[in-house]
Amino acid sequence: MQIKGKWTPPLFQLKQVTKYYRISLSSTITVLKEVSIHVDKGSLITIIGPSGAGKSTLLSLLNRLEDADGGEIYFQEKEIKLWDVLELRRQVGLVFQIPVMLPGTVKDNLLYGPGLRGQTPATSAADIIKMVGLEEKILERNSSNLSGGQKQRVALARTIANGSRILLLDEITSSLDHESAMSIENLIINLNKEHGYTCLWVTHDRLQAQRVSPYSWSLHDGKIELIANNKEE
Amino acid sequence: MSTTALFFTLIFVAVAMILSLWQRLGLERELLIGTIRAAVQLTAVGYILHLVFGLKDWPYLILMILVMTLVASHNAAKRGSGLDKIFIKVFTAIFAAEVMAMTILLGLNIIEATPRFIIPLSGMIIGNSMVACGLLLNRLQNEIQSHRDQIKVALSLGATSRQAAETALRNAVKASTIPLIDSLKTVGLVQLPGMMTGLIIGGASPVEAVRYQLLILFSLTAVAILSSIILAFSAYPNMFSKSHQLKTTFLNQT
Repeated sequence: MQIKGKWTPPLFQLKQVTKYYRISLSSTITVLKEVSIHVDKGSLITIIGPSGAGKSTLLSLLNRLEDADGGEIYFQEKEIKLWDVLELRRQVGLVFQIPVMLPGTVKDNLLYGPGLRGQTPATSAADIIKMVGLEEKILERNSSNLSGGQKQRVALARTIANGSRILLLDEITSSLDHESAMSIENLIINLNKEHGYTCLWVTHDRLQAQRVSPYSWSLHDGKIELIANNKEE
Repeated sequence: MSTTALFFTLIFVAVAMILSLWQRLGLERELLIGTIRAAVQLTAVGYILHLVFGLKDWPYLILMILVMTLVASHNAAKRGSGLDKIFIKVFTAIFAAEVMAMTILLGLNIIEATPRFIIPLSGMIIGNSMVACGLLLNRLQNEIQSHRDQIKVALSLGATSRQAAETALRNAVKASTIPLIDSLKTVGLVQLPGMMTGLIIGGASPVEAVRYQLLILFSLTAVAILSSIILAFSAYPNMFSKSHQLKTTFLNQT
């Protein structure tokens, strides 16, 4: 979010970023071709595109679960590889399409990230779980016995509990029913508008993209372009 | 045992061949190769041991142990062929287990410091470490593969490679030592171990044979766990980059 009259540096800046995968000894497949974009603090951006277009790869590059093969990525004006990768991942949380629970209770999941550093969450687990629309009593439940919608909320809560203010959301509603998907959608909008979270949201649902953001980045054949969501396809 | 009696033991191989032919198992070729290899290898080892037992020089003894460790490492490392520098890591794990065991056995005068004791015991120690290392490599890759989603979640939350792989490491070490621990629980009730049987047949008293067997069982269990742990902690970093990213190149090769 830019303050009028004052230039704020972008949170992320990607310059000519390329990513390819080796599929055999002699051939590769390029999923991102010289992608140049920037992400402002406090923004909610949707990324759309067909399967295999490189949407998830783009998110993986931003918290360094993978590295780019070409180009440069800056986070808070510092080259991403110069960041301590563990600190970067704490700040830039990634929520996966399939909500994989870590062993133990819901509370164990929420305490996992801060526990890695010998800390407890800045906000209590009870408050965080309520923030994502779940009741406090769910904290003691075994995380493997939750519904898909509940797991996705817990996955989101786990990232928030880790202290991440930037959320990379990888098709987080694609495996949910319409009602759960709408509920998560409102939750993300709320986190962005009311709590100032920066959200990059990969979705294959064009209507969802229209509902949450006036613009989307459209990825196609490794190339990216900014499109207005109210424009007819 | 007379040569004629030894020759008659081939009846067991013949029985296995007939059963394989009858049930069309297709094992005949493998059985034949295995039988010939076992006979040639053991006969050769018999003569080599005969030679070595007559030698008093430590360098020859150490050379023989090194050769045994090299062969065992080569065999176990095949289980982790997709992993970088795996041979040297397996060699280190097996050799460390051998050094640990021999330091205790010789340092506390549990066995005599002669080739007659050192070579056969080293063979059993190195052989068991080899099995444990092979099982460890196989299981570790399977564990990482099957828990890859959980590992990626842990990494994405800021876990180090070690923290993310902790469950997989623990499961793999446990799995690689289960056969030995199981045999500890059932020895004497289910099976009489080979060494003890051999000593009794060779004329030793059963009580004396049991003492040696306990020595072997306890030392083999310790070396299996030690070599497994050393290998697990030296092999898992191969599966991650220095930036704590899960490599995918080694997966699906198990």
